[in-house]
Amino acid sequence: MFGFSLRPRKAASANTAKERLQILLAHERSGSGGARPDCLPQLQREILEVIRRHVQIGDEAIDIRMERGDELSSLEINIEFPGKLGVN
Amino acid sequence: MSKDLTLEEPLGKVIVVTSGKGGVGKTTTSAAVGAELARRGHKTVVIDFDVGLRNLDMIMGCERRVVFDFINVIQGDAKLKQALIRDRRLENLAVLPTSQTRDKDALTKAGVEKVLDELRKEFDYIICDSPAGIERGAQMAMHFADEAIVVTNPEVSSVRDSDRVLGLLNSITDRAGKTGAEPVKAQVLITRHDKSRVDSGEMMTVEDVLEVLAVPLLGIIPESKAVLRASNLGVPVVLDDPSAAAAAYEDAVGRLIGEQIEMRIAADPRRGLLQRLFRRAV
Repeated sequence: MFGFSLRPRKAASANTAKERLQILLAHERSGSGGARPDCLPQLQREILEVIRRHVQIGDEAIDIRMERGDELSSLEINIEFPGKLGVN
Repeated sequence: MSKDLTLEEPLGKVIVVTSGKGGVGKTTTSAAVGAELARRGHKTVVIDFDVGLRNLDMIMGCERRVVFDFINVIQGDAKLKQALIRDRRLENLAVLPTSQTRDKDALTKAGVEKVLDELRKEFDYIICDSPAGIERGAQMAMHFADEAIVVTNPEVSSVRDSDRVLGLLNSITDRAGKTGAEPVKAQVLITRHDKSRVDSGEMMTVEDVLEVLAVPLLGIIPESKAVLRASNLGVPVVLDDPSAAAAAYEDAVGRLIGEQIEMRIAADPRRGLLQRLFRRAV
């Protein structure tokens, strides 16, 4: 009525906490929609395998980064090739 | 650069943050100590040993970026470099998350040692965030430690559990088993200290706790609203707005690395009437 209420105003950090939990738990409960953490090692092995059919690279040449989001998640895969690509 | 063995970089120091009892502030402490060391320019990694109940990632605010974990590295499914999450705020800080799905048996002594040995070469400080209890996870977290931060609340069950943990540090660790090795250097960090309740005689004093435990004091972290706020936001408390808890952690880290800093008991200022009326969201 006078622009303030007796209910304590909800602190901003609590909202952040709730949002973070909702996003994380949605991923954990669903098994992350096909991107379960447990499938990533296999994904990595298979990517390496495919690339090795064409270029010789080491086990450490692959770097997978993930960012889980509310609506969508992104998987960033960086593969380092040796100095020159063996392309004809 | 010559590869002279005698001139090699010193290896990093492994520090376990442990307590026995749960909920006393181990993860908050691991995050705060790790962040403060990194802010002071030391290359620091914080490892979560709580397999199956990972939470360090949430407290550090990198939960959305976990791809591989400690267990993947131990089992050879990922390289250490791939599992380390670099902090976006501090370039010297990294997190090694644990697995949310495996069980504690995945932590093998040989596996943990191999990962720690590799980390010792790259980092100045390796902070091991122990799970509660004294079972396998907690034992693995302390096994290869050079130093220990025993987090204790001024409360009977916490002090009792700390005493038990101090006993284990002196008996079952790698240093305890090696003849001629210095024992693990253990220090107590008192958290959730409430000065007004100590003054009124409701809470044990720091001296009381130290008399019982008989180990050196690393610092006194006051009960502070800043800790919940930092955990809500996923920011180590020392990287959030200034607070009594942050200042106390900064002092504790100074002592941890050998600075002489006088012990003080800080407390957040109470809000005045005007501040309470014109409350700003925190």
